[in-house]
Amino acid sequence: MPEDLISAVETACYHCGEDCGSIVVYHDDKSFCCDGCKVVYSILKENDLCNYYQLNQASGISFKRRSMERYSHLDNQDVKEKLLDFTDGRQSRVHFHLPQIHCSSCLWLLENLNQIDEGILQSRVNFLRKEVTLVYEESGTTLRKIVELLATLGYAPVLNMDRLERVQVSAVEKTLYYKIGLAGFAFGNIMLLSFPEYFGMDSSAEATFARFFGYLNILLAIPVVLYSGFDYLRSAWHGLRRGHLNIDVPVSLGILALFGRSTYEIWTHTGAGYLDSLAGLIFFLLVGKWFQQKAYHTISFDRDYKSYFPMATTVLRGDLETVVTLDQLDRGDQLLIRHGELIPADAILLSGQGHIDYSFVTGESQPVPSISGEKIYAGGRQMGGTIKLEVMEKVTQSYLTSLWNDQIFDKETEKGITSRLATQVATFFTGVILVVAFATLIYWLPRDLTTAFHSFTAVLIVACPCAVALSIPFTFGNVMRILGNHHFYLKNVQVVETLAGIDRVVFDKTGTITYGQGAKSEYEGLSLSPKERDIIRSLVHQSSHPVSRQIEVAFRQDALLPVKDFVSDDGLGIRGEVEGHRIVIGSHRFVSGEIEPDLPGTWIKIDNKILGQIFQSGRYRIGLLGVIKDLVQRFKLSLVTGDHAGEEAALRKIFDQKTEMYFNQSPQQKLDYIKGLQAKKEKIMMIGDGLNDAGALKQSDAGIVITEEVNNFVPSCDAILDAACFSRLPVFLRICRLSLRVVYGAYFIALIYNIVGLSFAVQGLLSPVIAAILMPLSSITIVLFGMGISSLIARRLGLGSADGDSSSRQE
Amino acid sequence: MSIIFMLILISLIVALFFLIAFFWAVRSGQYDDDFTPSMRILFDDKVEKDQ
Repeated sequence: MPEDLISAVETACYHCGEDCGSIVVYHDDKSFCCDGCKVVYSILKENDLCNYYQLNQASGISFKRRSMERYSHLDNQDVKEKLLDFTDGRQSRVHFHLPQIHCSSCLWLLENLNQIDEGILQSRVNFLRKEVTLVYEESGTTLRKIVELLATLGYAPVLNMDRLERVQVSAVEKTLYYKIGLAGFAFGNIMLLSFPEYFGMDSSAEATFARFFGYLNILLAIPVVLYSGFDYLRSAWHGLRRGHLNIDVPVSLGILALFGRSTYEIWTHTGAGYLDSLAGLIFFLLVGKWFQQKAYHTISFDRDYKSYFPMATTVLRGDLETVVTLDQLDRGDQLLIRHGELIPADAILLSGQGHIDYSFVTGESQPVPSISGEKIYAGGRQMGGTIKLEVMEKVTQSYLTSLWNDQIFDKETEKGITSRLATQVATFFTGVILVVAFATLIYWLPRDLTTAFHSFTAVLIVACPCAVALSIPFTFGNVMRILGNHHFYLKNVQVVETLAGIDRVVFDKTGTITYGQGAKSEYEGLSLSPKERDIIRSLVHQSSHPVSRQIEVAFRQDALLPVKDFVSDDGLGIRGEVEGHRIVIGSHRFVSGEIEPDLPGTWIKIDNKILGQIFQSGRYRIGLLGVIKDLVQRFKLSLVTGDHAGEEAALRKIFDQKTEMYFNQSPQQKLDYIKGLQAKKEKIMMIGDGLNDAGALKQSDAGIVITEEVNNFVPSCDAILDAACFSRLPVFLRICRLSLRVVYGAYFIALIYNIVGLSFAVQGLLSPVIAAILMPLSSITIVLFGMGISSLIARRLGLGSADGDSSSRQE
Repeated sequence: MSIIFMLILISLIVALFFLIAFFWAVRSGQYDDDFTPSMRILFDDKVEKDQ
């Protein structure tokens, strides 16, 4: 195969493992692809840290895909205070998110940073979170030095605007561990202490034992109810006060009935009580809660524009360049924006050739050229040369960020927090339980006071919807894990339920059904000799313009030659000389030198001969046709895009005629469109990618973001889909729908158990033994049923867990 | 038979000791990161400078 021949002559960089191309940097008998990689190697070598390369070969981070940022704002005392977790003036602790962490070498190097910078006292990596926590001595080093060291080594920390706000680290997760631990401890001990009773103690001779065990059980159960089970009682109370029944109401009724009845029995020496059932119930419920809290460490679902904007930007004060944090940026400030930098606020272009890529903000796929005096909106990215801007609005009041002032971002929307299904079931369940309980009470009251009391509490005890409360966490929790294995990450288990009930799928276009970055370039024109191909690649390699980057992808098999006299005319084209051949690539006007005809596309001229043009094709995601074909049978579809209508005919061929299509939509219009559909009682799933979809995603019942790199910035959403798994979307939706049926099945089983239990209870025959057997048995059945059947369905649909493991290992 | 009271109390105290140990482990952050230590353990001790 020709590819093998090529790779045989390729030289891999000793540091990052990438192909060195034709320009190889040699140092210390090793080859490097660029000076950046060489520098890192030298630093590591100097500090005896070459173990880095022994742990994993070529583990370094390539320097080709990064830009050196400027960190002078880190000397600013305000910024420092916001970044540091803790400081006492001498020692400080800080943590950084380093998305580049990918192997054990990274871990090893980052934890041995103190060998390079003596001021660093301790560094600790959390691999899954891709975070490093550093403790350093203020006298030995500075924050800026540390960040610059990290950046030099290839681990530039993510320092975005959201770091300017203090974030409270919540301790919720730990509390749950405490609660489970306590409940489990009490459950085990109470069960052991209850065994003698179940096996029938000689009550006259061993009454003291029975009493002693009973009191111990009460002692053990009190903290379980008051601490471990407190959330259920509180949630039920809050629900009742607001006038709606949630699933915690019947659970709390059960808990209180169990505890009250048991304490009464033990106190009056009339029985052994049901305290083991009580502790078991709370223990199982908490385990269910823990199971459904699958946390994706590096993925965040609640981001806004602040995680997309940088922390600081360059401001011109007189002739002096200073770095100012974005929250201090004010109207009238003059900004200096370099190639690839983000425009942080609405501004007017003062000088320079603007070439703004708004794709993330508006969905417009082509960069927009701007001339001085024009207004430039925040969120765009400058491509090309350096430009000078004057700020018109503060960062928080720009056109883009004002979207976040829409009321849906104001309140913490309750969407997805409580399960609709569980609430419905709870309402029904509580009603039935109360009816049966009071009916029993009324039936027994005239006949036998004790039996009336016994059967009344027994109904509340046995009907406690432990099984019902467990079926959703375990079934949907399991589905959520399976989907996570296949790179479809859900925010919480309620999203499974929402996805099971949607009527309409709304698509964004740019970056969603088309490739965000990877638009494919194809050449059309006179046939090119290998030499000419080399020349083309060599020239575009010099330019960082997005079109050049795309062209280079198409010519990536060709060799790199040195380029002389490289000139980049911003926004028009590039030219240079390669081995004596003059080459020009750019717009038709730039290449031909004639004003008419102004043909679209990018043209190539070598030695005064126009060879042909580059056009873009194959831009739709692989598998799009199959996805749409499948979805169109089951859902209503819509396409809402900020891009122009030029592609409508092509899109109509993929979607069917019924699909609603809207072009030139602003972020706000997208949001309003979703609102309009919801007013017609439709359940909407929106698939988008950029900030321009943020409002619509938040408004939708289920907002899904599709992304090439899940650790990167994504707008706030309910689920994140790895673009590589886009073609499996219909299968993902199908498994959600089927898992809802599994939950119904689990409810049916719970119902049978309850009927059996109730038939004992209404007759006043529910002994502690029956309760102790029935309750854990029903819970375990539900857990096994829910997880087993949902895994089986997943395997049937081709989402076996083994497959998921292998694909995640490939990453 | 009263020795059983003693034994049960002692067993409870032992169990309580483990519960407290569990609480301590959670509190000190041993459950915060259950992945990185599995990688860290594979590293050799510090490489000798004079090699």
